[in-house]
Amino acid sequence: MKKSKVLLVSLTSIMAVLLLSGCENNMVVFNPEGPIARQITELINFSIALMLLVTVVVFGLFGFIVWKYRERKDNMDYEPPEEHGSTVLEIIWTVIPILIIIALTIPTVKTIYAIDEIPKGYEDQEPLVIHVTSADWKWIFSYPEQGIETVNYVNIPEDRPIDFKLTSAGTMQSFWIPALAGQKYTMAKAETQLYLVADNPGSYVGKNTNFNGQGYAGMEFEVLSQTQKDFDQWVQDVKETAPKMTLEEYEKMLEPSHLGRKTFSNTHLEWVDHSDPHSKNYTNPEMYDRGHGWPGKIFEDKDNYKNKDGNNSESINHKESENEDSHGGDHSGH
Amino acid sequence: MSAKVNAALPLEYQTEQNRMNILGFWVFLGAEIVLFATLFGVYGVLGERYAGGPTQKDIFIIRDVLIQTSLLLTSSFTMGISIFEMRRSNIKGMLMWLVFTLLLGGGFLFMEVREFIHYVHEGATMQTSAFLSSFFVLLGTHGLHVTIGIGWAILLIIQILQRGLTPVTARKAFIFGLYWHFLDVVWIFIFTFVYLQGLVM
Amino acid sequence: MGIKWDEFFVTGDPLIFASQIGIALTLIGALAGITYFKKWNYLWTEWLTTVDHKKIGIMYILMGVLMFVRGGIDGLMMKGQTAVPENGFLNAQHYNEVFTTHGVIMILFVAMPLLIGLMNFVIPLQIGARDVAFPQLNALSFWLTFSGAMLFNISFIIGGSPDAGWTSYFPLAGKEFSPGIGNNYYAVALQIAGAGTLMTGINFVVTVLKMRTKGMTLMKMPMFTWTSFITSIIIVASFPIFTVALALMTFDRTFGTHFFTISGGGMDMLWANLFWLWGHPEVYIVVLPAFGMLSDIISTFARKTLYGYKSMVISIVMISVLSMLVWVHHFFTMGNSAAVNSFFSITTMAIAIPTGVKVFNWLFTMRKGRIKFTTAMLWALAFVPNFVIGGVTGVMLAMAAADYQYHNTLFLVAHFHYVLIPGVVFPIFAGLYFWWPKMFGYMLNERIGKWNFWLFVVGFNVTFMPMFFLGLDGAVRRAYTYSAETGFGPLMMISAIGSIILAAGFAALVYNIYWSARYADRNIGNDPWDARTLEWATATPVQHYNFASLPEVTKLDAFWHMKKNDQLQPLKEDEVEEIHLPSNTWIPIYMGVVFGISGFLLVFEWTIAAAIAAIGIFAGLAFRSFDYDEGFHVHKDEILETEGIWRKGANKGVKNHVS
Repeated sequence: MKKSKVLLVSLTSIMAVLLLSGCENNMVVFNPEGPIARQITELINFSIALMLLVTVVVFGLFGFIVWKYRERKDNMDYEPPEEHGSTVLEIIWTVIPILIIIALTIPTVKTIYAIDEIPKGYEDQEPLVIHVTSADWKWIFSYPEQGIETVNYVNIPEDRPIDFKLTSAGTMQSFWIPALAGQKYTMAKAETQLYLVADNPGSYVGKNTNFNGQGYAGMEFEVLSQTQKDFDQWVQDVKETAPKMTLEEYEKMLEPSHLGRKTFSNTHLEWVDHSDPHSKNYTNPEMYDRGHGWPGKIFEDKDNYKNKDGNNSESINHKESENEDSHGGDHSGH
Repeated sequence: MSAKVNAALPLEYQTEQNRMNILGFWVFLGAEIVLFATLFGVYGVLGERYAGGPTQKDIFIIRDVLIQTSLLLTSSFTMGISIFEMRRSNIKGMLMWLVFTLLLGGGFLFMEVREFIHYVHEGATMQTSAFLSSFFVLLGTHGLHVTIGIGWAILLIIQILQRGLTPVTARKAFIFGLYWHFLDVVWIFIFTFVYLQGLVM
Repeated sequence: MGIKWDEFFVTGDPLIFASQIGIALTLIGALAGITYFKKWNYLWTEWLTTVDHKKIGIMYILMGVLMFVRGGIDGLMMKGQTAVPENGFLNAQHYNEVFTTHGVIMILFVAMPLLIGLMNFVIPLQIGARDVAFPQLNALSFWLTFSGAMLFNISFIIGGSPDAGWTSYFPLAGKEFSPGIGNNYYAVALQIAGAGTLMTGINFVVTVLKMRTKGMTLMKMPMFTWTSFITSIIIVASFPIFTVALALMTFDRTFGTHFFTISGGGMDMLWANLFWLWGHPEVYIVVLPAFGMLSDIISTFARKTLYGYKSMVISIVMISVLSMLVWVHHFFTMGNSAAVNSFFSITTMAIAIPTGVKVFNWLFTMRKGRIKFTTAMLWALAFVPNFVIGGVTGVMLAMAAADYQYHNTLFLVAHFHYVLIPGVVFPIFAGLYFWWPKMFGYMLNERIGKWNFWLFVVGFNVTFMPMFFLGLDGAVRRAYTYSAETGFGPLMMISAIGSIILAAGFAALVYNIYWSARYADRNIGNDPWDARTLEWATATPVQHYNFASLPEVTKLDAFWHMKKNDQLQPLKEDEVEEIHLPSNTWIPIYMGVVFGISGFLLVFEWTIAAAIAAIGIFAGLAFRSFDYDEGFHVHKDEILETEGIWRKGANKGVKNHVS
């Protein structure tokens, strides 16, 4: 018994040391780089403090009771009393959790409402609208005002609210930039919305957290926050030098694949808005790897984009082009 | 368990095992309520998603639905009489009304199948739209229950003919009665929330 | 219908190929062994056709332990794959299949069967009954669960495993994005097993309501009976939702309907709602009976009656009600309005209130007690601190705004493992150590038990504690790989090492079962723990009719008071009556087989063949309807003889095995 307890204590302390040295609290959730993420972090810190208190009290009580009332050689003839409970005590430990819950509820509800809006101090600025379309297994960012589109990276100006309008061309994803904001699902034929503001220029990781098949692990993108000047310059560059995307290219892009970064001087919104419930379906069931088992049947879909003219002659598979382009700006990060 | 018989109670309640079976069936009906409630919920969510296909107004034929409704409601009534006759230990009357119930149930099924075939001919299939998927599955689940009920009742009639009225056969008949009335109640909801509401919308 | 055998059997992966051969050899070996030792008759009459709740319980437990091995291997494979960045041990597809089957098996074919197995064995004994209300239905429940489990398990060697996660969210799980048949296995196998579970729920509601022995009012029931009763009610209220969801999934996948599809007006989030309307209560279905076992075990080894019995009961009822009102917290990030998220945040956090009450009641049960550190009690004790970690992180996750940062990360994964392992697995192990002597007539070895305990608990913490930190650093769940730049490597490695310790702990349990079966002392008396409830008033192992004469109860902890007040009278001959018991039946196992065959055909989308096989189901039902078997009577002489043997021998020459 004793030995194993020593073992446990030493193991946990080793682990604690490892954990602390491993991260030195540079965990991304605790290092917010924008007001939305910061509000969430503050809420998390508050809850951790309160929960640590609860944990310490329960652990202490537990340790004390288990130690004090353990069976020893000298108390073998001790017969515990008949005791059925105590209304007062039971009410106390009903009320205490209620109070804790209330203490947590108030800031939670406040934060829930707060992060649904443009953060304080930025209300007077017109938010930059960026449409996010997720597809298997890439992120497509369209800037309707600027008329440009990027794939797998998004550049934003610092200190300006960004209004992400999220949708999906296929499976459900979750759009998450932990350093700047929480996450929201992207769903086909529906639109969700996410505000964020970046405090400083810098490069941040964005990713999909909602499992969506074989290419899921690679669904990351870069968020590059720039000064307004750099951002404008970048937009200008893209408009002048990036190629125009054709509908065929766009349809090709929605097929299941991994793509590198891409940049275009037009947006796909002129052809389709996937958040529109009546938009065409861009699904390609026959292109998914069916694992190594029995193939199932596939059903015809009358609203599929391939049915547009009844003929479907252009089904020659051209090779995926994975050429990285050079429109991403300075992605060295900070 | 089956040894103790309380003759003061109706036949189907006389043994402890019978009482447990009947309570168990009530609990099962509770689960069935959840099942149908979920299907109604699904229909409620998807019922207006036509995807360019037909709507309720395009396909429903109120006359046929009214006939189906009256057939099923009457069958519930005849089922009640059958159990009443059972309580009076009148096997003949009980079986007669039970057969009536079955015929009415069969008529209902016939009408429902005809209705479905009509819809399919109009191009309204399960695969057409979310509305029709949820419609066919809700109605189909009810129809399947009626079909199973008819098969069940036939087995029941054979057993009553073989064994007469015993606590066991009486319990089986009583439980079947509960089941049949339940299907009737579900139909009333279908009639109201699917057909009437669909035509009013 | 030409079958392409290279697609029928899963090919192309050496690991799977090895398992195929392994399974084939094991099957042949088992069949040959049974034939060689001429055990077919014994197996058929004593086990496969039994309706005895104790044997059914044991079969459930056996199945749960076997499935634990399968699910555990899945878990180890995942940990092996993610131990280092950019590992090539499993590819994405294989990893996806492995975490899907890990989740499904651990919840539905490990936690559920082990708990239902213990419920089956213990509840009738605790309430002083001779069986459950519907013994044949009980056997059917088992065989359907078993059939579903087997169907699900063969998926990885025949046809391909489901690969859309245990939640199988649409549209991913639909034909539009997962055209292979893997997910049909999910839809069909869980449907069959779910039907079995629903019947168990109905059975236990009636059993507890109707079959309690004389004097045992609801408020005198042992806590495990209470929690099992409430669990059964939740099963009846929530499993039909899952039944519908799975049926609609089957329709979408095999008949091309549009419930959850992108096309045709379907709605993918409808699946998520239906799934969690069942899935969240399901969590309480597995946690509540575990709470009940803990209550009984803690009160036994603290030698005190349960503190705050009434508030415990109120808490369970509160938890069961709240469990139905929190499902949206699984998708706070779906874009619900702030009001909706606030509401579900509050209901979710409110669950902490009754749970807190329970924890304090357990602590105060031990206060002023005399705590004996048996292995069973160690599991129960370890529950408290570990589950508190799971609980407080649960409250953190319940705060919708904060969940925007935790959702679908390893923080979440760590949280639910901290709830399910201390909250379900620890109590199950506690229950196994505790009731093992009643089941088999010998105790599990305490020394090996302590190895089992310490390795498992330490391994568990080393495995899952790092995941909290990984999640906060942005590591997402279900990703089969990650790049070295993320810096997740060291913690992932610690976690993987932990999983090996965890596995060693489980291996110690398996070894303990083997060792104890061979060498443990059989002379242990009927009450080796000095326990408090009625199941200990029977022989060890329990006579097949449970009680020679049904006990009469006046107080909570009935057996304890009988012992204390010396009310354990020797059996009087004139009290003994013939006992009526139900006969064995082949129908449940037959139904399991036809459901399995029909389900298998449906998985392969051979709908006509499946429909033909389904005729067998109706044939079975019809046969059952005409089955007027009245059961059999145990004769007085036999009862007197059996009772004479164990009562005379009871507690004579019994060595104390607990220290």
